[in-house]
Amino acid sequence: MIVWLIGILVLGAAAAWLAERLHRDAPRWIALAALAAHFGVLVSIWTGASGGPWIANLQVPWIAELGISFHLALDGLTVLLLLLTEALGVVAVLASWREIESRVGLFHFNLLLTLAGVAGVFLALDLFLFFFSWEAMLVPMYFIIAVWGHERRIYASIKFFIFTQGSGLLMLLAILGLALAHRRATGTLTFDYFALLDTPLDPTTGFWLMLGFFIAFVVKLPAFPFHTWLPDAHTEAPTAGSVILAGVLLKTGAYGLLRFVVPLFPVAAHEIAPAAMWLGAIGVLYGAVLAFAQSDMKRLVAYSSVSHMGFVLLGVFAWNALALEGVVVQIVAHGLSTGALFIVVGFIQERLHTRDMRRMGGLASDVPRLAGLALTFAIASLGLPGLGNFVGEFLVLLGGFGVNRAATIVAACGLVTAVVYALTLVQRALHGGPREPRMIRDTSIRETAALGALVAALVWLGFYPQPLLDAAADGIGNLQNPASRIAAAAGPQSPPRASPARRGP
Amino acid sequence: MPPILWLIPGLPLFGFVALYLSAGRMPHRAAAAIGVGSIGLATLLAFAFAHWFLGASLPGDVYLETAWRWITIGGFDPAVAFRLDPLSLVMMLVVTFVGFLIHLYSAEFMAKDEGYGRFFAYMNLFVAAMLTLVLADNLLVLYAGWEGVGLASYLLIGFWYRDPANGAAARKAFILTRIGDTAFIIGLFLLFHELGTLDIATLMARAHETWATGSAVANAAAALLLAGALGKSAQLPLQTWLPDAMAGPTPVSALLHAATMVTAGVYLIARTHELFELAPAVEFTVAVIGAATLLLAACSALNQHDIKRILAYSTMSQIGYMFLALGVGAWTAAIFHFMTHAFFKALLFLAAGAVMMRLNDEHDIFRMGGLWRRMPVAFVSFLIGASSLAALPLVTAGFYSKDMILWGVWSSGPAGPGLWATGFVGAFITALYSFRAVFVMFFGDARRTPSGRYGWCIVAPLAVLSALALTGGFVNIPSALGNVNSFSDLLAPVLPARQEVTTASTTQAIVMAATSLLVLLGVYLAYLTYIQRAQVLRRIATSSPARALAGFWFGGWGFDTLYEHIFVRPFLALARLNRNDIVDACYGGLVVASRTLNRALSRTVTGRVRAYAAWVAVGSLAALAIALFLQ
Repeated sequence: MIVWLIGILVLGAAAAWLAERLHRDAPRWIALAALAAHFGVLVSIWTGASGGPWIANLQVPWIAELGISFHLALDGLTVLLLLLTEALGVVAVLASWREIESRVGLFHFNLLLTLAGVAGVFLALDLFLFFFSWEAMLVPMYFIIAVWGHERRIYASIKFFIFTQGSGLLMLLAILGLALAHRRATGTLTFDYFALLDTPLDPTTGFWLMLGFFIAFVVKLPAFPFHTWLPDAHTEAPTAGSVILAGVLLKTGAYGLLRFVVPLFPVAAHEIAPAAMWLGAIGVLYGAVLAFAQSDMKRLVAYSSVSHMGFVLLGVFAWNALALEGVVVQIVAHGLSTGALFIVVGFIQERLHTRDMRRMGGLASDVPRLAGLALTFAIASLGLPGLGNFVGEFLVLLGGFGVNRAATIVAACGLVTAVVYALTLVQRALHGGPREPRMIRDTSIRETAALGALVAALVWLGFYPQPLLDAAADGIGNLQNPASRIAAAAGPQSPPRASPARRGP
Repeated sequence: MPPILWLIPGLPLFGFVALYLSAGRMPHRAAAAIGVGSIGLATLLAFAFAHWFLGASLPGDVYLETAWRWITIGGFDPAVAFRLDPLSLVMMLVVTFVGFLIHLYSAEFMAKDEGYGRFFAYMNLFVAAMLTLVLADNLLVLYAGWEGVGLASYLLIGFWYRDPANGAAARKAFILTRIGDTAFIIGLFLLFHELGTLDIATLMARAHETWATGSAVANAAAALLLAGALGKSAQLPLQTWLPDAMAGPTPVSALLHAATMVTAGVYLIARTHELFELAPAVEFTVAVIGAATLLLAACSALNQHDIKRILAYSTMSQIGYMFLALGVGAWTAAIFHFMTHAFFKALLFLAAGAVMMRLNDEHDIFRMGGLWRRMPVAFVSFLIGASSLAALPLVTAGFYSKDMILWGVWSSGPAGPGLWATGFVGAFITALYSFRAVFVMFFGDARRTPSGRYGWCIVAPLAVLSALALTGGFVNIPSALGNVNSFSDLLAPVLPARQEVTTASTTQAIVMAATSLLVLLGVYLAYLTYIQRAQVLRRIATSSPARALAGFWFGGWGFDTLYEHIFVRPFLALARLNRNDIVDACYGGLVVASRTLNRALSRTVTGRVRAYAAWVAVGSLAALAIALFLQ
């Protein structure tokens, strides 16, 4: 069953491409249907789980000679990330309804294929399969930016490709290095996550291998000073591309840090933790100051992502229950609020044909509904209690404070700079008087519903995050206790590689 | 009582949600019904709870109600819980009742505004957040309310968003208070890591068990909370936002920036006073900051032209009195002054608004004049409010609360008389600027003809607040005048009286008489200057040193300019300088380097075989040489 969590999206992608011949809107409906089916499968797996830290597990040999298997597994953390992916996938399809009018089938093919790659990244527990998925989500996203993007799309897409590909190469080397080190120690070549977890490594090797993973993930996250691909890629991508990039693709970086860097290299990760936390804290402030300086609304939102992801980096390397729960909430809340802000920018661009805030102003009088929604998301972005982002940032800082006080206090100053850029956006885009008289329409029912659902989700996260925290708790337990995890995943009677096709419930 | 305390902040919140969802499309009548009605119901409920609470003697004088568990992670489990004790009871009653009167007033005052629904949405949001703040049982929920009122303040200051100046004032308020808030939340991290909880009662008990008086960590925690309080309550050095906040509609100034929100800092310190007792240095700082702010702001109030700015500086100054009281441990006096101040300052703002709305939104007191015959309702209200602000002896509420503060400061120990002197001088200046406003606005030559008339929605709140501004002080009367202690007795379980130096009540009477005389002198001086127009005074006022000083005071002692130069401009310059991201330029350098290398190497591809042969020969020789050398 678990294999359908990737399969549905791949099949949906193919169907969407072919269906364009039938009707122009058919790919959109197929994409929605595929995401709905994905959601159905996920829920049925989740509710059917028998308990225990891993909800589902599937392992079949793939390239047996090299110890590569097709190993997928699902825990609480993965479920949350997949739910976020589905939700933002639907939002992305809805957001492109009017914006994408050329090659609709191909667009949705790429969109679903990106999501399939993302699902693979979240599910894969074989490092080779993980790397395969990592690369697989990159290529269709490159096409989304390069084909359907804005003015500087070629520059942005190539920059995105080089940054991700270059850092991915480091990860590939580190994966190979780790597998070889494992073979040297035990005599078997394997890429299985559980087998590699307790590879004995001498400190120097461990550090360099860890660095290979670390760089790949912090480039994706992105953390200062590897963030510069992000503003270009986000700004030039079509709205759906920005939503998926910010909401989901960045999260694969966070997920990689959580799932691989710290559990695989606990010693080396502990060594780099202070530096990583400082990078996070610097990123919070650096991103915020840059966001404030932008006049392109989309670039402002993009830099605000750099700032928010700084909190994630800080929280991951604080590595305690409070901070990690905070990271999960921050991941989900940032996905929703920043995704929503990109949609708002898309709506504004569609109406005014500009993203330049110097030419906006006064939207609050012209389009009160859109302005009210935009205001709400800006406020979520500045971390106001009652909306999800606050819970995430608060828990990260609370957890980080016990580990690295100085870095946490610096990051906390980001609460002030977030107000500065978020209110700048509100002032320049929504308030003031309009520069020129204009007749533009307010959000339609479909648009209001899409954004309204995101508001509702953020309010729910802000007021009652406990269900999310509980769901994440199992996954965080898996990250923190390697020993129990191996037993649980492999089952008591058989070691991982000996069981050819253990299906999840 | 059924467990419905949560409805008191809940009802305004529902009002906000309903008005938010209508997106301003609701008819005025419905918006007013929801906006005013939700606060009205909350007020009724608050009084019902007060009646029950005062009748039922609960163990520890506390009623607790948990709405739901907010976050549970291991040992960190703050609940959304509300706590009713005498302190939060007083706060809750003042917030709901004064809030209700101001909402009622706004129903008429804002009637012609196109953003009517939006206005009530924001006001309801504010009341909901403020009630969460005062009723919160733990510091995280308190912080949530604290941020909520900050947001409402931002939205309401910038309510007329078409003018960018209003937006600038709103952002200034939000950013300056957020600086304090960030210190506050770091304080929460520190408290949680040191003491393992954010529950206020447990926290205070554990602090007393764990920390020695004057220990570094206690001082740090208290200082961080103090920074939060300074931002919210517009005290030095985070005070500069308050005068600009007057850009909002007048009912907003009355409710947020006079009666309730700006006193949140006072409430926070009173609520955590046990922590401040463990940090005597910080506590003394509270007193010093209060004393400095009260003098500084009072001087600035002396020569403003804009009536709302006079009142804004006066609010800063009066909160300075409250901080002074908190700093010497006279917590009950601070809360008492909070209450009377809420009555008379809300009254002053509403009366000023009533004047302005009939003069075509005129703010300048020197363009008013002679209004007492033409608008007697506004005049009487403003006069009562100003008398109470000036603390005219015996007949006003402000007299009793200010006297309680000054007596508490006087008898607080070695530094007492010195601090008392600032409050004493402040009382004189307060009387002077209050009656300057009264005399200039309502007496002398009439310059403008008012239009329109008041409906009952405006008159009723003015009447009720006038009554309270006169009689609200009778709940606590000093021993020399009759010795009523209802208010201090009510608060005693939460805010016990500190061991005071027992001085004969004759000293108290002498101190009180001196202050009263000084206040009357201040009123007389204002009379001489603005009614009699005494030549001597004119000459002093127009002399060049006096004018330079006046200019300095007028601009709020140059703090704005100072901050502009040391914070705002460097930040803007930095942001502008790095607008295109220096890090990206480094990667750009990488691109340029590889392009240059590419161009250099391409140049060697000339197609000339002889050159290639030469390169091959040179390369082979070099390789050989290296091989030999390495051997």
